[in-house]
Amino acid sequence: MRSLIDILELSVEEIDELISLAEDIIAHPEKYRDSCRYKKLATLFFEPSTRTRLSFEAAMYELGGNVLSMASAGSSSAAKGESVADTAKTVSCYADIIAMRHPKEGAPMVAAMNASIPVINAGDGGHNHPTQTLADLLTIWREKGRFTGLTIGLCGDLKFGRTVHSLISALARYNGNKFVLISPVELKLPSYVKKDVLQKNQISYTQTTDLEAALPELDILYMTRVQRERFFNEEDYLRLKDSYILTPEKLNKAKKDLAILHPLPRVNEISVGVDADPRAVYFKQVLNGKYMRMALILKLLEVEV
Amino acid sequence: MKIDSIKNGIVIDHITAGRGMELYKLLKLDQLECSVAIIQRVHSNKMCCKDIIKIDADIDLDMDILGYVDPDVTVDIIRDGVLVEKRSIDLPTELRNVIFCKNPRCITTTEQELPHVFRLTDREKRIYRCIYCETKA
Repeated sequence: MRSLIDILELSVEEIDELISLAEDIIAHPEKYRDSCRYKKLATLFFEPSTRTRLSFEAAMYELGGNVLSMASAGSSSAAKGESVADTAKTVSCYADIIAMRHPKEGAPMVAAMNASIPVINAGDGGHNHPTQTLADLLTIWREKGRFTGLTIGLCGDLKFGRTVHSLISALARYNGNKFVLISPVELKLPSYVKKDVLQKNQISYTQTTDLEAALPELDILYMTRVQRERFFNEEDYLRLKDSYILTPEKLNKAKKDLAILHPLPRVNEISVGVDADPRAVYFKQVLNGKYMRMALILKLLEVEV
Repeated sequence: MKIDSIKNGIVIDHITAGRGMELYKLLKLDQLECSVAIIQRVHSNKMCCKDIIKIDADIDLDMDILGYVDPDVTVDIIRDGVLVEKRSIDLPTELRNVIFCKNPRCITTTEQELPHVFRLTDREKRIYRCIYCETKA
């Protein structure tokens, strides 16, 4: 029985397998329609989330499985003081696999240590969000056909943005990639990510505050939202939230085959006018997230199709 | 300054000067019923100056705590006034309930029953990280 808590628990080969499986699901959805028949996914979301929970639920339904879900964190036994460990043990009696989102960092790991069924981390605070990274990787793969030799711009909140940290860790395992880190000074990539991931793997990177200057050299632009919930201080949030706004005019300087990704939801960091640009692939990324979650559920449940 | 030698007990020697009291607290030596001496800033040819702790009883020492706080210490076991064993210390690979995670977003802040576990992630720089949230100790 295996869980997924951190993207780095998957080897490069396993990520390749998941991508191949997702591509096969996209090409032949009918093959997988009943692959999880009589299996149940429990979505335990202790923090508000629409898209990730719906993505997991849609993924399970498209595999022919069923979903157990709680109405909200406030109505769960956690509100009565039940521990994550006890919740995991209890839900193991009802479901075949768990997807858990929790505001506390490490909660899904505690669940995995206590559950007798696989646990998927669907986001734990500002820490890990491996299935978002899987969605990002499938999108890059489908748009670029490779994970090597890419210049990847990461823009916005690089300090608290967990998706950014996970994506850098995942892409740092491939050769020839270069990162351009675009953020306000206050939201720079933490030094431990630079040291432990980029410098340790001798990955080339530059840091800048200027999005427009960086745009022309990018193959991929990964935009992020400045997240209100990661700030203890409202003033800091208000000061930094409008640091970068991508508009159609700014994109005039970008490569014709640039791919613009965003983990969504966006607030105003990508203007709606960009949506019609063929380089904007963030809604494809949402769909890719569902396919990768389908592939992951199949892998963790050890379902052969 | 003269401290009597012990007959049966333990001498923790070569403690980096200033860390003796920290070790005393973490090893909970204040809870022992035997005599314990902390000698601070003793002249040493090898280290310039050092701290020493003498415990007048043969107790089970938590070597992980010693290794975490000061891996260069030596532990001398004394029996009948004679040095019978000299133990060297290594950096522990895991610490359980020795140090506590300070990240307010960590699951350990709300789940009181969870053990606080840190793993050695960089031996050279002696970096330990919380296994749950990966925050540096």
